[in-house]
Amino acid sequence: MIDRIGRYAVDRVRAAGRLGHFLADLVRAVPDVATWRGPLVVQMRKIGVDSLPVALFIAAFTGVVLALQASYTFTGTVPLYIVGTVVAKTMMLELGPVLTGLALSGRVGASLAAELGTMRVTEQVDALETLAYDPQAYLVLPRVLAGTLMVPLVVALGIVVGIITGWLTSLSLIHLSTPEFVKGLKLLYHFKDTWFGLAKSASFGMTITLVGCRLGLDTWGGAEGVGRSTTRAVVFSSMLILALDAFWAVVLL
Amino acid sequence: MIQFRDLTKSFNGRSVLDGFTLDVRDGETMVIIGFSGAGKSVALKHVVGLLPPDSGDVIVDGRAVSQLDRPGLTALRGDIGYVFQFAALFNSLTVAENVALGLVRRRLPEPEIATRVHDALRLVDLPDTGPRYPAELSGGMRKRVGIARAIALRPRYILYDEPTTGLDPVTSAVMDQLMVRTREQLGVTGIVVTHDMRSAYTVGDRIAMLYEGRVRQVGSVAGIQGSADPIVRQFIEGRPA
Repeated sequence: MIDRIGRYAVDRVRAAGRLGHFLADLVRAVPDVATWRGPLVVQMRKIGVDSLPVALFIAAFTGVVLALQASYTFTGTVPLYIVGTVVAKTMMLELGPVLTGLALSGRVGASLAAELGTMRVTEQVDALETLAYDPQAYLVLPRVLAGTLMVPLVVALGIVVGIITGWLTSLSLIHLSTPEFVKGLKLLYHFKDTWFGLAKSASFGMTITLVGCRLGLDTWGGAEGVGRSTTRAVVFSSMLILALDAFWAVVLL
Repeated sequence: MIQFRDLTKSFNGRSVLDGFTLDVRDGETMVIIGFSGAGKSVALKHVVGLLPPDSGDVIVDGRAVSQLDRPGLTALRGDIGYVFQFAALFNSLTVAENVALGLVRRRLPEPEIATRVHDALRLVDLPDTGPRYPAELSGGMRKRVGIARAIALRPRYILYDEPTTGLDPVTSAVMDQLMVRTREQLGVTGIVVTHDMRSAYTVGDRIAMLYEGRVRQVGSVAGIQGSADPIVRQFIEGRPA
């Protein structure tokens, strides 16, 4: 038993050490702009633009549900223009960033872990090294930068779409007028609502891509190993997103 | 010259290399043979620093590989072409882009890159495959593109990891011809890791057998063919134990 605990502790320390090396290598790759500049553009499209359909789909229906639930909750108790407040606040502060983050941990995190894992087990990462490329600069850094930059943009568009569908739902199903909805929208708005949601989204984007790349490059054991890394990437990044969500709420609100 | 010096390496407590010592002379093609899992590919990866040794070292032209910093390792890798077992081509890049990848890294002028890519693909008898993607090629063609990618760098050394594994006999013979031609036309020193004895006899100047982590016997092709060592005989004749 003690032996097993000891081995587990040593394994954890080693894993922490490897993660430290990974992050240090990533920072060391930053000055190698010539290597990561080209792949960055490609990754911004893959991680950002290609994620828009799923993110906007989620945001659209979230806006509808928020408006209807707010109306159900507040009818007969407070003025209904509060629906606009609830839709906007909830989309900006919580559901926009978190639901998009969770969706992208599946779409982007799994895709990165599978792609880099396959490259690892088919020796493409070794091939890059023998061609004098630094895998951190060529593979990891552009993906992490793209995730950090593009996820907030995707979330911002998602928030806008969620508010629009919330407004359309209010107009058509709750019979709230546009001026009333806008009045609610402006009622408790603070600029912090915007930057808080977007800063949180940037941290989610960085987390999803870091976890996907790290687990992908750590893959061993052929196709089974790629599957294992992909699953772990989705699970870990989802858990980290929820933990980060709570962390930012404690620190910044 | 490449010198393996008392190299040891183990994975999860299992010893793979245990005092592996071997000299590869300039201009020769050294073939390393051995049973599956004997550590042949592991030894090869130490030459370019893809794996760190537990102890011992590989010395390439006087440079101890495990002691090199990143710029030193980058310079070393510029002298060595590595042909991977399954080619390790990048599926998102065309054949020409794959071959050019190392040249782009060296920031060569574009016309020179184009010339080198063309020459390398012609040398491996695939002059018209440049615009195609690896997924459109057969296994043998992919391995030849892997060789083209290595020779486009004009290296002093080429390391071949199981170059004929998984190929039919005719395509294997084509690969053998290609390795011989590469040595004759470019004068590079080669290390070929294989368990294909026909290939070993065709391309090798000398053959070393790796067994239980160290060199069991090293000698000329004729010397290995006439070996009295029972382990070597068993291996080259393909007899079950």
